[in-house]
Amino acid sequence: MNIAKSPWVLHYDGSSCNGCDIEVLATMTPMYDVERFGIINTGNPKHADVLFLTGGINAQTAPVVRQLYNMMPDPKVVVACGICACDGGIFKDCYNILGGADKVVPVDVYVPGCAVRPEALIEGVVKAVGLLEEKRKKLKESLKQGYCSVDYSKMAIHMTADDYDPSNQYDAVLTEEALRQQAEEKIKVSAKPAALAAAKPANPAPAAKPVNSAPAQAAPAEKGDNA
Amino acid sequence: MLGGFTIMACAIYVAVNVLISGDASQFVYLEHTHIPDTLAVCGEVFLMLLVCFLSIKYKKYYAIIFSLAGTIPVLWMDLTGRAVEGNPHVRIDTFAAVMYLIVGVVGILICIYASGYMKDYHHHHTDVADRSNYFLALMFVFLGAMFGLISSDSLSWIYFFWEITSVCSFLMIGYTRTQEAVDNSFRALWMNLLGGCGFAAGLMICNMGLGISNLSQVTEGGAELIIVPVTLFAFAALTKSAQFPFSRWLLGAMVAPTPSSALLHSATMVKIGVYMLIRLSPVMYGTLTGVMITVIGGFTFFAASLLAITVSDGKKVLAYSTISNLGLITACAGTGTPEGVWAAVMLVLFHAVSKSLLFQTVGDIENCMHSRDIEDMHGLIIKLPRLAFIMIIGICGMFLAPFGMLVSKWAALKSFVDSGSVWLVLFLVFGSGSTLFYWAKWLGKICTVIHQSFELEDITPRSEMVSIFPLTSLIIIMCFAFPWMSGNMIQPILDEAFNTSIPDVIGGSDVIIMMIMVAMVFMIPIGSRFLSIGKNSKMTMSYVAGVNAGDDRHYIDSFGKERALYMSNWYMRDYFGENKLLNPCIWVAAVLVAVMLIVVVGGAI
Amino acid sequence: MEYGFIIKAILYLILAPLIGGLLSGTDRLFAARMQGRQGPPIIQPFYDVNKLLHKQTTVVNSIQILFVSGYLIMTVFTGCLFFGGGDMLLVFFALSMSEVLMVMAAFSTNGPYSIMGAQRELLQMMCYEPMTLLVAIGFYYAQGSFMVADLVKADAPAIIQLPGFFIGFVFILIIKLRKSPFDLSTSHHMHQEMVKGLTTDLSGSNLALVEIAEWYDTVLMMGIVGMFFITADPISRVWAVIAIIVVFFIETLIDNIFPRVKYITMLKVTWAVILVFAGTNLLILNVLK
Repeated sequence: MNIAKSPWVLHYDGSSCNGCDIEVLATMTPMYDVERFGIINTGNPKHADVLFLTGGINAQTAPVVRQLYNMMPDPKVVVACGICACDGGIFKDCYNILGGADKVVPVDVYVPGCAVRPEALIEGVVKAVGLLEEKRKKLKESLKQGYCSVDYSKMAIHMTADDYDPSNQYDAVLTEEALRQQAEEKIKVSAKPAALAAAKPANPAPAAKPVNSAPAQAAPAEKGDNA
Repeated sequence: MLGGFTIMACAIYVAVNVLISGDASQFVYLEHTHIPDTLAVCGEVFLMLLVCFLSIKYKKYYAIIFSLAGTIPVLWMDLTGRAVEGNPHVRIDTFAAVMYLIVGVVGILICIYASGYMKDYHHHHTDVADRSNYFLALMFVFLGAMFGLISSDSLSWIYFFWEITSVCSFLMIGYTRTQEAVDNSFRALWMNLLGGCGFAAGLMICNMGLGISNLSQVTEGGAELIIVPVTLFAFAALTKSAQFPFSRWLLGAMVAPTPSSALLHSATMVKIGVYMLIRLSPVMYGTLTGVMITVIGGFTFFAASLLAITVSDGKKVLAYSTISNLGLITACAGTGTPEGVWAAVMLVLFHAVSKSLLFQTVGDIENCMHSRDIEDMHGLIIKLPRLAFIMIIGICGMFLAPFGMLVSKWAALKSFVDSGSVWLVLFLVFGSGSTLFYWAKWLGKICTVIHQSFELEDITPRSEMVSIFPLTSLIIIMCFAFPWMSGNMIQPILDEAFNTSIPDVIGGSDVIIMMIMVAMVFMIPIGSRFLSIGKNSKMTMSYVAGVNAGDDRHYIDSFGKERALYMSNWYMRDYFGENKLLNPCIWVAAVLVAVMLIVVVGGAI
Repeated sequence: MEYGFIIKAILYLILAPLIGGLLSGTDRLFAARMQGRQGPPIIQPFYDVNKLLHKQTTVVNSIQILFVSGYLIMTVFTGCLFFGGGDMLLVFFALSMSEVLMVMAAFSTNGPYSIMGAQRELLQMMCYEPMTLLVAIGFYYAQGSFMVADLVKADAPAIIQLPGFFIGFVFILIIKLRKSPFDLSTSHHMHQEMVKGLTTDLSGSNLALVEIAEWYDTVLMMGIVGMFFITADPISRVWAVIAIIVVFFIETLIDNIFPRVKYITMLKVTWAVILVFAGTNLLILNVLK
């Protein structure tokens, strides 16, 4: 069975004017009835597969978006809903706007529009769902290596506009690609990697260390910008 | 002290012997000697004078009235030779043996615990004068009186020991001599002396009106008027076992150091009341007294469990739970059916072990954390893992499925249904709902895992652990051993009390299933460790709307500041609060008791 | 007898998740049609659980998984006991044990939403516990046995003697199946103050285990509904199935009609309903005996 048959959605409003939010919620109503596709709005990152982001990201919402993203279990996809979420939109040059959602989390699908139309959104979700299956296969590989037990609980986020530093903006984000890279590096270093990894699942501390120096090149491929 | 332990060891030895011998006949020793009788009389006078002295010292004159009212008529009866003579004074049967085991085993463990605890206690409470030797001595006197009471068959002897326990508990509660302790101890005293008056009245009616001097003669029934002394004894038992309306003395008793609460709540004081009721149970079958006792017990079970929801002081929750469980035992005994007695004895056994363990653990936690509030036990499993695990086992023993208390509750339910007491069934089902609530939320507080928390120093001395570990293992062993206990300990009691053999209360296949459940409960943690379930799990924070500050205990507010976050338990004080519910409950129960006394005693006259 | 017990238990073990999942799917379909939309396919719950099983699991602490698997095992055990023909009282005691384990899983996370859900779940248990026990007692009054194996051989359906109990039980099923006026502990509609209450901090396979346990639980509850109608006559089983379908439909309807209530309203209403219907019924039974 395909895991893409039940994408559960988490919707977060970065700093939207609420136009896109209304459209996102409209998508969930009986009128458009996305539950046909098994889509449920969970409101809980730990249950969600798809993260809907609306509005540009500002300094205050950036840590929240990251935390939500981190709490979502892999595989997961991020959909930027509306032009503000894609790159900041008309608020792009505001003093407090950092830019689109991809400034803080890897975005998989960009759905433009002001406000985004439910039809476009549904198509975006369908595209995102396609990515889920792909990501699951990658996850399976990295799980085999035993490198997904990262202790995110150590990643306290204390960030305000003052201490925001764009250079480490991905510090708390660890995609499965990045994890896999780490895993491969460790396999090279370590003599008996698989056994070691399997023997220490309960102690994620060693795997947590490289988190802060997580490579910024884990940035997402711009897979969905034709959406 | 060594002597005390020896006596208890002897008592346990006797108990084991009686149980092993498997002889259903009663071991009655004929004794005509006057010396013990004289000693008992002297003792009673001494107790009376002691109470008078302390009452005058603390200006609580009402206690004198109750003391005099109870003692003087009995003295008069004894000294003028109106008491019935020539019957055996001592009886050791299976029920006595079972009670020996409870008092002996649990009592010894509490005494061991006390010797270590009192040192710590005076370490923390420097304002209290160190009289721990006196305290320990009192505990032994108390236990001695318990043994005496259990072995006695003569009513006047029982009365003597009864008064000793009343006065001992009074002295123990007042140990710290603070104003609160003195007030509470006098409350305990007058309530128990009031019960003593009832007992004395029953005793005199038996001796002078019916020509009976022994408890076994009372339980044989026969005479029509026997129900009057039975009612009076039952009334006395209600005060001792802290049923509504007499519960407040037990709630006040928690001001005393922990060992005395453990002793009063589990093995001794309150068990005397239910011991008497269970003894009287066959006579109460189908009488108004039985019905009223059952209703009072059921009502107490329900009301106390509601009240237990609303308090956050660990010891107070335990106190309410004791009252509630004793209510259940009282109700079981009141039905007067063999099943009821079965359930009652089982409840007595399991309750004694679990409750003494819980009290001791709360005492230790208080010594370590300087608080016994349930809210402060948040994350205990991280802070004090060893005590937390013991506490979890103790609490599970009180209310969860495969553990002992629930088995007995199950039997109680069956006996209520069989005896057709609808109101009792309703009290029991609603009461078990609220019982589940207050235990489970306490359990939840303990089980909460707090990240980035640290382990507190566990300063529990070895001597206390010597007491706690056996009790913990006893709870677990008793889960497995209950069919054996039913067959070898409770069945003979039923044979003695009802002269009939009854079929197993909990049948064969159920026992097997219970055993499977017990095994499963212990297998699941072990199994999950071996199978290493969830090894691919990723650690993360708990969900706090995306603003978790990283330790699950703080969040970032809209100004970027960290703020503390804490979820307290529900107490629902607006609905079941002590100030709302306690007084109405006491009045309702008081009316019930008054009705019972007036109808039964008045009807007989 | 022993073999019969084991065969029935194994049948339950295999069939219950299938039936439970389908019931859950039907519920969602009903709800969608009541709202005038197409709704998910009927096997959507299986898709969901399959997905959850394939996702990574995030945990807040390492004992969470212990409690959750304990919850599943105890629930399955309870169901086996019931369908195998065991003791009704024991079934309900084991059921409350399993629920307590689930509540502990939520408590252990220390998350505010989880703990609030846990407290509410405990309150819900306090609300329905009297009724579940009373159901067992009612059957005992009506047919003189606590054993399910004996109860299914009754001469007359229990509903004749226990209409009050039936109403009370259907009423607490609203709580047990987490339906709307009383779904305080796990709000299953989006965007509510509870997030997901009890299950907020569960994810991936842990959540899947909870879902599966709830399927087992639903089947068990429906089995108890059926018990009110079953007699020794084989045709009665048809009636039982019809009753189950009707009750299930009513529950879905209630779910879609009523908004959620405050916890104290739930406590008052459920206890009053239990007392009025089941209590009166018990009283009458007792008088008639």
